[in-house]
Amino acid sequence: MSVDMEGIVVLRDLKKIFNRNTIDEKAAIDGIRLEVKREEFITVIGSNGAGKTTLLNLIAGTFLPDEGSVFIDGKEVTFLPEHRRAKYLGRIFQNPMMGTASSMTIEENLSMAELRGKSRGLCWGVTRKQRQRYKELLKNLELGLEDRLSDRVSLLSGGQRQCLTLLMATLSLPKLLLLDEHTASLDPKTAEKVIHLTNRIVKENHLTTIMVTHNMVQAINHGNRMIMLHEGKIQFDVLGDEKTRLTVEEVVKRFGEKLEDETLLCAPVEG
Amino acid sequence: MDIITGILQISIEQGLAYALVALGIVISFRILAFPDLTVDGSFVLGGAVVARMIVLGYQPWIGIILAVFLGFAAGCATGVLNTRLKINSLLAGILIMTILYSVNLRVMGRSNTPLLNYYTVFTPFEQMEMRWLSIVLFFGLIVFACKFLTDLFLHTQVGLAMRATGDNEQMIRTLGVNTNRMTILGLGISNAFVALSGALVAQHQGFADIGMGIGMIVAGLASIIIGETLLRAKSVWMNTLAAIVGSFVYRLTITVGLWLGLAPTDLKMATGAMVILALGFPALKKGKEEKVHLRGI
Repeated sequence: MSVDMEGIVVLRDLKKIFNRNTIDEKAAIDGIRLEVKREEFITVIGSNGAGKTTLLNLIAGTFLPDEGSVFIDGKEVTFLPEHRRAKYLGRIFQNPMMGTASSMTIEENLSMAELRGKSRGLCWGVTRKQRQRYKELLKNLELGLEDRLSDRVSLLSGGQRQCLTLLMATLSLPKLLLLDEHTASLDPKTAEKVIHLTNRIVKENHLTTIMVTHNMVQAINHGNRMIMLHEGKIQFDVLGDEKTRLTVEEVVKRFGEKLEDETLLCAPVEG
Repeated sequence: MDIITGILQISIEQGLAYALVALGIVISFRILAFPDLTVDGSFVLGGAVVARMIVLGYQPWIGIILAVFLGFAAGCATGVLNTRLKINSLLAGILIMTILYSVNLRVMGRSNTPLLNYYTVFTPFEQMEMRWLSIVLFFGLIVFACKFLTDLFLHTQVGLAMRATGDNEQMIRTLGVNTNRMTILGLGISNAFVALSGALVAQHQGFADIGMGIGMIVAGLASIIIGETLLRAKSVWMNTLAAIVGSFVYRLTITVGLWLGLAPTDLKMATGAMVILALGFPALKKGKEEKVHLRGI
């Protein structure tokens, strides 16, 4: 099914219920409608269990929704398995270990990422031409990885791995970049570096991005639209100038009672 | 001196004959991180198919090709059980292994098929002056060709995706790879090697027997553990080389053990104990934060 619509990603009345028909039944996503426009950089905040990661999982196809539909670039993908919508999506997880294959080399990881969503054949995995190009791209990261192309990824630090994952996610440009608290498990200095790199890559490539974060300062300072989730619903959706003017104090004042989660409230105020 | 030469000769010959089992296990256990127990059945399948074909009067090479093909199918069956029917990996392997027991009896029509009076791939070697050397060269050629092809394959685009399936399944799925298909293909290749080994061993020893595959997994595992420890294997081509070297060292250990008076009936017990020691030792070495990386086990 193909539909004419403005948004790169359109979610229609999306619903996901876990443990259906048990006492633990919980609507993790409870009727979300969202239209993500081209080149929007949406930050998503919300307390634990608000449904942030579930939302990304539904877009990526890790879970299938119970109700509603998902469109990417005008095509319905609601029930398409994860590996078949990969060509549209770049995704980075919180755990740096999850985005790379640790027993394989940097260049092998990059080559696999470059073929995201494309058919793979019996051609040589990493050609000399590719190696040359990866070297250039890695030089841009300024992490000294350009001389370590044939090092196994397990030798890299968490921050280096996350930067590599970022490069991998954008090697073949995705329609939508999904960032799932991708700086949460890094130390503050490294996190700052990774978020800086994220901004640069998103801007340079005009990527449409959804970034889930626990850190309210991060959510306010980055991106051009912010969404707050609470109990599986969109509580607050702000964009444009209003988003630019938004401050931590204001959000806490308006939604403090819904943000009892400590990580969120204790977010560092410097930015 | 004669004894040492004899022991070495037997070990090299046997090591190469069974090296393809170890190579197959590298693909399932190490590359895919899939503990595949189909091996005990697919090894016999290879021997049974080639024996039946030879007895029926076909060229041994045709029997070998058919054996490899059926071994591939057996591995795929285990893969399908695991990925599509969601049956636990160990159980999927055990199920196919059990089914293969009946299949192998049907293929042979009895539990033991002697091949001594038939024309096999080893018949031309009988009259040769350098019989041992030519047999070793023959085995070596096949084994190293398989190793080389495996190395090449694992560096192709599909090969990278297969390795990533064993390393980080979630990641490679988000990169658009159907990991189920990778698992099925990998297990197929793995068991094709194992069946090839069974087909060659049956002709080499002059018979196929329904019990010839018992303990093949444990022997293969022992081989790759020994090989990896000796070579400190960290890359793909080192892993496959470790399988071959390990297979030789394992057979050497056994031959020496037998020469020293180990009862042949106790062989499997000794091998089992060896694997338990190798796997369990790092866990007992407390304090030393040595990272054990034994995928698939």
